[in-house]
Amino acid sequence: MKKILGILLCLALAAGFAFANGSAEKTETGSGKLVVGFAQIGQESGWRDAETASLQWYASRNIDTIELHFADAQQKQENQIKAIRSFIDMGVDVIGLAPVVETGWDAVLMEVKEAGIPVIFLDREADVDDSLYATFIGSDFILEGQNAAVEMGRLLNGKGKIVELEGTVGASVANDRKAGFDDTIAKQFPGIEILGSQTGDFNRAKGKEVMESFLKTYGSEIKGVYGHNDDMVLGAIEAIKEAGLKPGKDIVTVSIDGVKGVFEAMAAGEANVTVECNPLLAPQFFQAAADLKAGKTLPRWIKSDEGIYRADTAAKDLPTRQY
Amino acid sequence: MTMKLIKKYRDGRIFWPSMVFFAILVFNTLISGGEFLSITIMDGHFYGRLIDIFRNGSKLMLLAMGMTFVIASGGIDISVGSVMAIAGAIACSVIRGNLFPALQGSVFFALVLALAAGALCGAWNGFLVSRVKIQPMVATLILMVAGRGIAQLITNGKIITVNSQAYYFINGGYILGLPFPLYLVMALFAGALVFTKKTAFGLFLASSGINEKSSRLAGIEVENIKLLVYVFCGLAAAGAGLIESSGIKGADCNNAGLMIELDAILSVAIGGNLLTGGRFSLGASLFGALIIQSITTTIYAMGVPPEVIQLVKALLVITISLIQSEKIGLKLIPAKEAVS
Repeated sequence: MKKILGILLCLALAAGFAFANGSAEKTETGSGKLVVGFAQIGQESGWRDAETASLQWYASRNIDTIELHFADAQQKQENQIKAIRSFIDMGVDVIGLAPVVETGWDAVLMEVKEAGIPVIFLDREADVDDSLYATFIGSDFILEGQNAAVEMGRLLNGKGKIVELEGTVGASVANDRKAGFDDTIAKQFPGIEILGSQTGDFNRAKGKEVMESFLKTYGSEIKGVYGHNDDMVLGAIEAIKEAGLKPGKDIVTVSIDGVKGVFEAMAAGEANVTVECNPLLAPQFFQAAADLKAGKTLPRWIKSDEGIYRADTAAKDLPTRQY
Repeated sequence: MTMKLIKKYRDGRIFWPSMVFFAILVFNTLISGGEFLSITIMDGHFYGRLIDIFRNGSKLMLLAMGMTFVIASGGIDISVGSVMAIAGAIACSVIRGNLFPALQGSVFFALVLALAAGALCGAWNGFLVSRVKIQPMVATLILMVAGRGIAQLITNGKIITVNSQAYYFINGGYILGLPFPLYLVMALFAGALVFTKKTAFGLFLASSGINEKSSRLAGIEVENIKLLVYVFCGLAAAGAGLIESSGIKGADCNNAGLMIELDAILSVAIGGNLLTGGRFSLGASLFGALIIQSITTTIYAMGVPPEVIQLVKALLVITISLIQSEKIGLKLIPAKEAVS
């Protein structure tokens, strides 16, 4: 039995290697197409799946002008590095990268630079020298927090007590969304007091549990809840309902991301505002890639196009939401 | 008679875990000025932090029972978190009609299928451990990694939300003012207790955990007992998965039961059960689970800043373990020898 398992394991490994090498075929050059290699992290969340889908959909719609080589690194840096090396061999025009971790990119990006290929970081940045990449396309998380604070101030007319559901401790997204929100509240809305702030780990179950506890401690004093992402607020909405209060009315909600679930909640009158964090970055990405191929210089940071969505238009927006 | 009962309680495995749990409650009551224990009536059911502890802790209590059996058999199951994700994914997909549309979103069949899937996962683990003889940690690691992938395959990697009052009842429902999940825990506990105390199963299980070889020589079907405990553990995990998914009215495969296997193992350990297998106490594990849940609730109630939560938890767990250790804990009750 053990022998059979061993053989199976070897076969699986061999198949894995064969697959990994198989993707590195030479591309035809000089066809005038924009040839882009993109090293994606993997499929860690719905948000990233939406980003992947956006890239592939956009490339397939523009198949005459764009040739996209897409590599899924399954959350491993070594796979991303391998993919980047294969892109160099192919001689692509531009390399796109969503770095899975911040460090350890210097060597491979130096090779890319020597090959004369510009690099675009998409939605995440790496800790490398400025000369090693052309531009970064992504969200400004601090701005998202500031926008959320302005929305909260508007909903409460600048007066009231609120609680905050933080993202995973230490995540840069959570730190920025907190800093942007807290600073703006302190500066622009002195009438709003943040009663408590606790981590809900970016997920629904934790968001609900933390909100339950806030409701026990502060009761109906709470007039608003701010969540670093939509999912935590969706969990909190359940907790608010169980406490006999009306989410969206007794306790207003502001959250960030713009996932479909929160649009459903807004359409049902149970949530108020979501500040979008857009994963559909393909149009901006391919535009930047085309510009780089044409030899243009781009700003160091291209901020992604993002909107603010409120409950009054949620029913209309809902069918257009893709993620 | 009462003296005898008190003595039995005091010498039993359940004594320290229950004392620690009550101590946490007393501590909270004191620092909150009584607010912690206050229970009000809201919409015809009880409402308060104590109720939260029992309701939110019910998942962990179910897992702790399954884990107690598995650990008693000399094994371990680190796949329970993934099994929770699978159960939630199946139930929500069936109710939404994405999976088996012929069932027309029947909540009943959704629950049956989810529990069956849990049992199947358990059977797979049990098969690998008892028949293929893979070490339990490795055998269940397979499902721990693959299970979350299976769950995401079922839901297409999205969070599936459902809108079914019947499904919501599993977590949010109340009977006689008490949360429904608590009844699930009590039912499983009663069933498991009868099964282990009134049949020879408990003895066989402990025996297999202590010495597999001699148990087999004594005529105990060790393989089947092992298979059975993993199936039970899978079933309990599926139940926990349903409670979690019902609580958020959806299946969140990325986060459902993430790392909860460690809490489940910790519950069993804090309950004073040996991780090497052998004799066990289900009740002690239940108190272990309640301790872990009440620590979380305490941290939220005290408003501990998120950056230091893990540290506070670790310190509390170390303290509890020290109190329970024979060397230190017994010093706290020097009269024990005199009593016996």
